[in-house]
Amino acid sequence: MSDGAVVRGVVIGHGDMPRGLVDAVRHIAGKAADDLVPVSNEGKGPAQLAAELNEAAGLGTVLVFTDLRAGSCGIAAAYACRDLERRAVICGVNLPMLLDFVFHRDLPLPELVDRLVETGREAIVAAPIAGS
Amino acid sequence: MAVVLYRVDERLIHGQVVIGWGHQLRPDRYIVVDDELSASEWEQDLYRLGVGDVEVLFVTADEAREQLGAWRAAAARSILLTRDTATMKHLAEGGLLDGEAVNLGGLRHGPGRAEVLTYLHLNEDDVRDLQAMAEAGVRVTARDLPDAHKVSLETLSRSLWK
Repeated sequence: MSDGAVVRGVVIGHGDMPRGLVDAVRHIAGKAADDLVPVSNEGKGPAQLAAELNEAAGLGTVLVFTDLRAGSCGIAAAYACRDLERRAVICGVNLPMLLDFVFHRDLPLPELVDRLVETGREAIVAAPIAGS
Repeated sequence: MAVVLYRVDERLIHGQVVIGWGHQLRPDRYIVVDDELSASEWEQDLYRLGVGDVEVLFVTADEAREQLGAWRAAAARSILLTRDTATMKHLAEGGLLDGEAVNLGGLRHGPGRAEVLTYLHLNEDDVRDLQAMAEAGVRVTARDLPDAHKVSLETLSRSLWK
């Protein structure tokens, strides 16, 4: 980061998924997950979801992870990060991506985004099917 | 008729609509009736991300009233969405939706709104809009997903005023 600050993370998604992912990161990486904040869309309209996301994002540099690119969470993330250089969005979050994030939060935001997208993609592989 | 679903949902195009309803109704297009969105290409692009190759139209409420007859007569199957009851009521004025069913799929917390169902919160203006629609010949029910229980306007009203 140009100002020496580290990037904070917000995971926004459907139902219990955000809390579950952050909890999984905490189980694996410990306190490194402390700056990863879950935001669920459960029971929230667009305005409330956007307000909660903005509050979780705060004023610093933030990377917002969403489950789906479209829909209420993806749209809330896009609104929250629109025209703000200190915020970025990655859609299609997965656990390997988040684990890589918590240990590389000191990277410049654009570099971090590229790295995590690659990490997330590389983590998706099919295990061999028995007998094939 | 080729408008296969009229839905009030403040999230407009989102997972429940595209996955839940879309997979069952197989629409050829989504019609979003919203004065603000019809003037914002940036926001339209956001909503289009969710539907793949399916066509999405963004129109004002007045444009929708003019096009409604054509959409209903068309071979293309449409899902029509508004983000609030006022816009759907405007579409129904003058009997334009007489005999049609309107689905209430998602209104959450807002000024003066009380919870009627987990996904449906209504205020006095909403209720007036819904009653006006019913008087204009519209069958109003609430259901967030196709396999969920359908709740009638009468039941909603009783829940609200009990």
